[in-house]
Amino acid sequence: MKKLLLYLLLTAAAVVMLYPLLWLLGASFKTNEEIFTSAWFMPERLDLSVYGKAWKTVTPYTMGHYFLNTFMIIVPKTAFTVLSSVLVAYGFARFDFPLKKLFYGLLICGMFMPAIVTIMPMYSLWSKLGLLDTYIPLTLPALFAGEGMFVFILIQFFKGIPKEFDEAARIDGCGTLKTLFFVLVPCIKPAVISIAVFTFLWTMNDFLGPLIMIQSVEKYPLSLALRLSVDSTGQGYEQRSVIAMSVIGLIPSVAVFAIAQKKFVSGITAGGLTG
Amino acid sequence: MKTRTYRNPVGVSRYTGLLLISPFIIGALLLIIYPFVSSFITGLTDGSSFVGFENYRHILSDENIRSSAAVTLKYAAILVPLKLIVSLAVALLLNMELKGIGIFCTVFYIPSILGANLAVIIMWQYLFTSEGLVNQLLEAVGLSPVSWYGDTDAALFIIVLLRLWEFGSTMIIFLAALRDIPRELYEAARVDGCGRTRAFFSITLPQIRNVIFINLVLQTIAAMQEFNAPYMITGGGPLGSTRTIGMYIYEEMFTYGDEGTANALSWLLFMVIALIVLIMYRTTGRLRREDR
Repeated sequence: MKKLLLYLLLTAAAVVMLYPLLWLLGASFKTNEEIFTSAWFMPERLDLSVYGKAWKTVTPYTMGHYFLNTFMIIVPKTAFTVLSSVLVAYGFARFDFPLKKLFYGLLICGMFMPAIVTIMPMYSLWSKLGLLDTYIPLTLPALFAGEGMFVFILIQFFKGIPKEFDEAARIDGCGTLKTLFFVLVPCIKPAVISIAVFTFLWTMNDFLGPLIMIQSVEKYPLSLALRLSVDSTGQGYEQRSVIAMSVIGLIPSVAVFAIAQKKFVSGITAGGLTG
Repeated sequence: MKTRTYRNPVGVSRYTGLLLISPFIIGALLLIIYPFVSSFITGLTDGSSFVGFENYRHILSDENIRSSAAVTLKYAAILVPLKLIVSLAVALLLNMELKGIGIFCTVFYIPSILGANLAVIIMWQYLFTSEGLVNQLLEAVGLSPVSWYGDTDAALFIIVLLRLWEFGSTMIIFLAALRDIPRELYEAARVDGCGRTRAFFSITLPQIRNVIFINLVLQTIAAMQEFNAPYMITGGGPLGSTRTIGMYIYEEMFTYGDEGTANALSWLLFMVIALIVLIMYRTTGRLRREDR
């Protein structure tokens, strides 16, 4: 009886949590009038043509163009983040070196550094270097293990692998890097995948970064294109095509989350890694 | 200074580790130390020439900045405790050993992953229009609709609700911590005749206090620099009631081109956040260290 009540409570909560997303999907088929008068998510009729319109967008480019732009940021950024975080975490977890404590402290401090503080000076710096309106300000910093949280989590995972693994590899003739990539990284694959997935999702969501660094519409990632469409439609215009754009824009995140979901949720509960 | 010995495997130089973390060293210089110093220096100028602490004097006396700071603090003070309580409560429910709990876990987690996406923020804006979903639901249960975008208190609540909806990431940290608590503690307590409520306050809370602290700090930092949601949803209005400091800095820099004030303000924001974190650290120090 008590269990049943608990399930009911959880189910009710789950419905509340997911309803806005369902409503968003339904609203993409609704007329303006229907959007603002019906709370039920199911539209009166399904007219898929809105998605064709949404794909074309009100801007000079199609959504495909913005997707490509987004991936031109995401792919290098994810690769850079994973590579640099793994190297740095390996250094901290397995080696002793001068000033280790100082650097470790700096790593922790960096985790608590608010982005809004660093973004103004970085904007000025990239502007002086003439690199604004390129993807370099958005991707290059990922080479420097900028996400302290990821490094911190990887260190915990590395520490979980017995040192005998390293020693055995060394005896078999593996150097420092070979040991890392052929022996240790395969052991912590779930953590590495989680980091890649998080970088993907966060970059899909990133808005302030591109807003400041990218100026020409041609180079806009998806988030900026969405904002542009909202601005140029305004009230009274067809809301559903903007909503349909939003739905399309969510597809990559949903897909990646769905694919990685199993590993992911168990990985984060195990490692304490989260957004 | 004493020379110290480095505990490394045979044949590994003490510079190997340094070499491995060299990306981080460059990153720390470029992404932490440089911006920190640079924004302080730029904050002492009017964009080109040195003006001393003029920007700071201006910030501290400006009526608009003061009200913006008040908005930010109010927002953080409402959101952070709410989010922590909801996350912990749901985590406690999910920690009971029930079948199919994984599904609920995923469902509650989804908004925190997608919620920061601009698409969802745009949707949130539609939900709160005068005849939007939320008002329709209010009317359906017999309450009077709220003018969400016209009312200074209600507007801030739109953003609070959005961020509260994204409680999943905090919840998952709590859940991980709850699962780490040894079962034996509860069994021993039960043998000693300790009730559920008592066990929660004497076992659960003390066992997860470090995690509570980490969540508190992370959520406070995030709330203090809120930008995306007010920028997209309310545009700072009505009457500046949702203009957070994050938005204010952005506007100073990119709308008015006042580089000096923007940098001084962001530096000040950093100091305030650091101070808040320090106070939290100090006041909870005794609580956190008890078991060591």
